[in-house]
Amino acid sequence: MDYTLLFIVLFLLAFGLLMVYSTSYYEANLEIGDSAYYLKKQLFATILGLVAMIFVANVPYHFWERFAVIGYIVSVVLILLIIPFGHEANGAKRWLYIGPISLQPAEVSKLCMILFLASMICTMGKQIRGRKGFWMVVLVPMPIALMLWKITQNMSSAIIVVGIAVLMLFVACPDYKRFILLGLATLAGAALVVFAIVQMGESQADDLNFRGARILAWLDPEAYAEGKGFQTIQALYAIGSGGVLGKGLGASMQKLGFLPEAQNDMIFSIICEELGLFGGYAVIIMFVMLIWRFMVVANNAPDLFGALLVVGVLGHIAIQVILNIAVVTNTIPNTGISLPFISYGGSSVMFLLIEIGLVLSVARGIRLKDL
Amino acid sequence: MMDEVPYQHKTYHRSKTVTAVFLCVLAFAGLMGRLAYLMIFQSEYYTMKARQLHERERSIKAARGRIVDANGKILADNKTVCTISVIHNQITDQEEVIAVLCEELGLSEEYVRKRVEKYSAIEKIRSNVDKSIGDAIRARDLDGVKVDEDYKRYYPYDSLASKVLGFTGGDNQGIIGLEVIYEEYLQGEPGTILTVTDAKGVEVAEAGEERVEPVDGQDLHISLDVNIQSYATQLAMQTMETKEADSVSMLVMNPQNGEILAMANVPEFDLNNPYALPDTVDADTVSEEEKQNLLNGIWRNGCINDTYEPGSTFKIITAAAGLESGVVKTTDTFNCPGFIMVEDRRIRCHKAGGHGAEDFVQGTMNSCNPVFITVGMRMGTECYYSYFRQFGLLDRTGIDLPGEAGTIMHQMENIGPVELATISFGQSFQITPIQLAVTASSIINGGRRVTPHFAVKAVDGDGSNSHVFSYPVKDNIVSEETSATMRYILEQVVAEGSGKNGAVEGYRVGGKTATSQTLPRGSGRYISSFLGFAPADDPQVLAVVIINNPQGTYYGGQIAAPVVRQLFENILPYLEKINYNRT
Repeated sequence: MDYTLLFIVLFLLAFGLLMVYSTSYYEANLEIGDSAYYLKKQLFATILGLVAMIFVANVPYHFWERFAVIGYIVSVVLILLIIPFGHEANGAKRWLYIGPISLQPAEVSKLCMILFLASMICTMGKQIRGRKGFWMVVLVPMPIALMLWKITQNMSSAIIVVGIAVLMLFVACPDYKRFILLGLATLAGAALVVFAIVQMGESQADDLNFRGARILAWLDPEAYAEGKGFQTIQALYAIGSGGVLGKGLGASMQKLGFLPEAQNDMIFSIICEELGLFGGYAVIIMFVMLIWRFMVVANNAPDLFGALLVVGVLGHIAIQVILNIAVVTNTIPNTGISLPFISYGGSSVMFLLIEIGLVLSVARGIRLKDL
Repeated sequence: MMDEVPYQHKTYHRSKTVTAVFLCVLAFAGLMGRLAYLMIFQSEYYTMKARQLHERERSIKAARGRIVDANGKILADNKTVCTISVIHNQITDQEEVIAVLCEELGLSEEYVRKRVEKYSAIEKIRSNVDKSIGDAIRARDLDGVKVDEDYKRYYPYDSLASKVLGFTGGDNQGIIGLEVIYEEYLQGEPGTILTVTDAKGVEVAEAGEERVEPVDGQDLHISLDVNIQSYATQLAMQTMETKEADSVSMLVMNPQNGEILAMANVPEFDLNNPYALPDTVDADTVSEEEKQNLLNGIWRNGCINDTYEPGSTFKIITAAAGLESGVVKTTDTFNCPGFIMVEDRRIRCHKAGGHGAEDFVQGTMNSCNPVFITVGMRMGTECYYSYFRQFGLLDRTGIDLPGEAGTIMHQMENIGPVELATISFGQSFQITPIQLAVTASSIINGGRRVTPHFAVKAVDGDGSNSHVFSYPVKDNIVSEETSATMRYILEQVVAEGSGKNGAVEGYRVGGKTATSQTLPRGSGRYISSFLGFAPADDPQVLAVVIINNPQGTYYGGQIAAPVVRQLFENILPYLEKINYNRT
């Protein structure tokens, strides 16, 4: 068992629970009458997730390989089920209710994608080096990504699914050239979209769609402070007013309704407000250590399947943390993305812990001499 | 361990994983840089913006200083009223709030709904609401409705001295009169309450509040005496009614120091309801502009805002200039055949048959035009005009009320013999009543040109600090000797001359009557006036009454002089009593 990894995860979970309570108690008390409402729900999901993690960690990871294809199909079905049965919250239909438990198909599909791609790459063997193999790995996650984007209106999950696939492919392929080209093409495409929207925004601001306005709000959040820039501005107020040392745990002003649902995607800004630059850095360093630990496990995995599973989990968590902090600091346009282990959200923490279980399972297979 | 072929971990897999992690670390480093920029270099800016968002500032009105008369009676006071506002975020039952506010405040639903539904930090619904209504709204205990108490100007004597005191507007700022001139002393400094609130506007108790206390305005003590003012107003009102005059102005001042004891301009208006239009006007049909013009007319202070041809009272000035320049002595004799020829013009005396042989004192007692024309002619334009300057007649008096009108006088180079002749008996130019009163005061007080004024001092509410106002005095505008002669002549006017209706038994009163026809000539409109002072040998009080367009008898000696007599009969004993008490 990789106790270092386990410790980092437990620390992040405990810190997450503390911050969920700190950010939510005021609004929870006002609106629900129970200041620990969100804390209790999150604690329940965390315990459930830890049980699942321990179970998965103790099952040899190759056991799951047989579910790779089924997992992919289940992902598709769950996303499609959103159309008739989806539950709406905050203007987006993203949740399925199974009895009292709510489930985000997006979280399921991320886990399933890691499993499916790891299995597929191993089956492909040396085929991966050819053009056909490369494009297969790029195209396989696309249906899921497109469905996530179009059906659940969740572009960030789509980006994460594609990001996981690209990272796994990057590790599986020996060359760099294609990836550098791919990266440059993505950057150029993004720049082109931003440029087009800015041009459009000047001429026909009224017709701008949902995401177009987000990009304009990203470039000048104060000009859109009443609309699309609202959340970003409030997050920046929180971060900026935190200063180097912060206002002290529990002392955030922005969480008093100025930053709506502070316990969700924007929780990092409240961490910065209360714990200052040092608190923000400490969280980032914890994630860097976690990723470092994933790397060590991946590079010492007993086989390629195990290594790829860990790389997939690494990709998932790294991309999500980077995007979250980048959104909160208005480094990139606003898109709803939560901070792993810390943001409030039951599905997210449960499936993340299952992924950690997989990594721990891979770590168990490492012989001591490899370390 | 599972029984599998040992996995030959390819080196490129490892190095690529390391590369990927390196890229991630690079991204994290970038984000840490971004955080440092936001939290160190931009911190001040965002802290300031956040504070603006979290803090709510409410201002506390300062109590406006009171206006207090010479006896300590309060002429302008404050009463507690309420300001009703709503805080959109805190409203729980919007419909009830709208219904209650409409009902209690008597406002239209449309008006209230617009403000209640507006998304703003705090929206004022109505200010200057009676305290009883404010209390009633507070008793309903509605979420999001705020009842703040503040002050409203209140005038205990309603219309008394309305055109002098003036009134205040919605923000308690002076609009006309002393209220506007002494704004800086009266207004005080508003205070503020800074509270920290959550997004719904609920105050965060732990954060406490920062309070800057308001500084109340200073009380303004003025020379006006409520008793004299009341009596003058009453007399003016009575005169206006019995003579069916358009308006009557009355001015009572201390000629020694320029303090004004009363200034009545009837009709006055109700200071507690200054925007009321006369009953004869249908408020619904007049335009905003007409309405404003009407109100400006109602608020006009005739004693200082309007000019008129003074007529014979101006002979005081001609006589003083003549005596001072030495062109005439009291013993000089004149002959009045009932007219005088000026160039080819025949200017008639008011007495058709003429006054015959008379000395200068008798000429003044008779208010004989040919005598004064002769004196004017003897001085000549330049000399006469230089006395206007010396007396301060061409400048404004500098009274502490807004909108004083200037003297409308011929340019010196345009004064020919005919103009000179008409000026000599007070026609063909215009001055304000206050100008006449002040110039006459200066001539009879020994030659000191005083500045007419109301304000004596401004005192803090607790009496701790006070500012005593001082006013310029110009000495030697006439010699002490000329001044004494003038007092003597004017006493004769009242004792045995045209002003005998102004005489008060037991007092030595000096004065001068006037009757002037208003322009255009032949309209049959007259202004009848009288200027009187007492005691004649040592003037302590001077009064001017101006009756605008009286019907029937219009001679100043017959209708204006008795008004001053009645005033003096009442106030002279009263003033003596005050002086006795003071010393």
